Amino acid sequence: MARENFEEKLLQLKNQVLLMSEMAKIALTQAVHALDKQDEIQAQTIIEQDQQINDLEDEINNYAIWLIAKEQPVAKDLRHLVTTLKVTNDIERIGDLAVNIAKAVQTIGNETVHVEKKAIIHMAETVEKMIDVVIEAFFHEDIDKALTVAEMDDKVDKQYAETVTEMLHYMADNRNEINAITQLAFVSRYLERVADHVTNISESIIYLVKGKYVDLN
Amino acid sequence: MSISFVTETPKKELPSIHEANKQSNQVVFDTKQLNLWYGDTHALKEVDLLIYEKEITAIIGPSGCGKSTYLKTLNRMVELVPTVKISGNITYKNKDILDRSFKVEELRTLVGMVFQKPNPFPKSIYDNVAYGAKIHGIRNKKILDEIVERSLKGAALWDEVKDRLKENAYGLSGGQQQRLCIARTLAIEPDVILMDEPTSALDPISTSKIEELIQTLKKDYSIIIVTHNMQQAARISDRTAFFLNGEVVEYDKTEKLFSNPNDKRTEDYITGRFG
Repeated sequence: MARENFEEKLLQLKNQVLLMSEMAKIALTQAVHALDKQDEIQAQTIIEQDQQINDLEDEINNYAIWLIAKEQPVAKDLRHLVTTLKVTNDIERIGDLAVNIAKAVQTIGNETVHVEKKAIIHMAETVEKMIDVVIEAFFHEDIDKALTVAEMDDKVDKQYAETVTEMLHYMADNRNEINAITQLAFVSRYLERVADHVTNISESIIYLVKGKYVDLN
Repeated sequence: MSISFVTETPKKELPSIHEANKQSNQVVFDTKQLNLWYGDTHALKEVDLLIYEKEITAIIGPSGCGKSTYLKTLNRMVELVPTVKISGNITYKNKDILDRSFKVEELRTLVGMVFQKPNPFPKSIYDNVAYGAKIHGIRNKKILDEIVERSLKGAALWDEVKDRLKENAYGLSGGQQQRLCIARTLAIEPDVILMDEPTSALDPISTSKIEELIQTLKKDYSIIIVTHNMQQAARISDRTAFFLNGEVVEYDKTEKLFSNPNDKRTEDYITGRFG
């Protein structure tokens, strides 16, 4: 098979995207953990480490752009590189949303929060699962797997609506916790946004494999 | 002050890009079930292809796939090979060009050809361009002057050679010689121009000039170009046919063929996996 060198570089690029997604997922998991434990120190670490995700995005994108210039790819090779640029953008945004959650943790600080965080934690678990599935789908270019993410996104949207409603009801009776509860509602929103970015990645995978645009959101 | 938001997307009034793409020009060459043999070698197999007027059609494929053979069938140059046998149909604007009643001289006046290596005659720049007109019986100096100027301008060469028309064409650079050959083709006012790897012997600057020229010529001529340069096919053509082992594997709008081909063999070829 010709162009082994180019294929190897595409694989390297894919591995880098995999690494970046792992970093973003860890940031998200840790942010939710910090929220659960109201751990401001861990929240600060997440905020500081986000730069590493951003740097990796720049590195991947520069390399993808260089490969476009150097190899003049067409058809699926070109779609692979274009998809890489889009996917890294979504992963970078997931990293930013983890930072937003970490900042919410800092805003809540050590305020006493009586509201149950279980719903948020549950939502976060679904979102983390979505990340795992989508990255596996990206690596193996598996459309069926990519499509399952859209179903999970619907579930997250539903969980988000329920969580926010619950928070609002709780807020009405616990006015002294308005600040914390508002932050928790924001966190739900951030998680819902993460799920949307994961769904965008699914759409990119379908474009990569089929060359067709679909709207799963 | 109230702020109003537009909540509905305005209805589309213009056709989408894809719809625009569907609108096709007239068919200039219609090839049906074309088979060609060189002796026992089956060089073209069941070729079906529509070539559209005032479009650039690129033919790509690995060496020996039949693309040059197909090109030379369109002006019946392939008949110069003694062992050649042809079956099937090729019509030029509904006239069967393979029919013996279609005079080959008439066909070659309508269908000009530019070759891989520039092949000017060992004559002056002027005489190279005027040659075709002269053998068609034009002797009037004023008319010949007009033909030469118009053709050289059409081939984007006039400004470079207008002060040395009497010099030998061999004194021109490779790129200029190729444009001279294009001017020579234009001088007989063809309808179609066949180009067989017209830039493969040229440097990048000359290649770029020829590519620009080809795209300008599209306004007035139908152009069919055989090229080994995939990027060139992608850059300049409207449609691309991919030939393999004498068959047309895929024929589509260039944008579609190079971004999302239907056939795995096309994908493998254009991405450099074989060939």
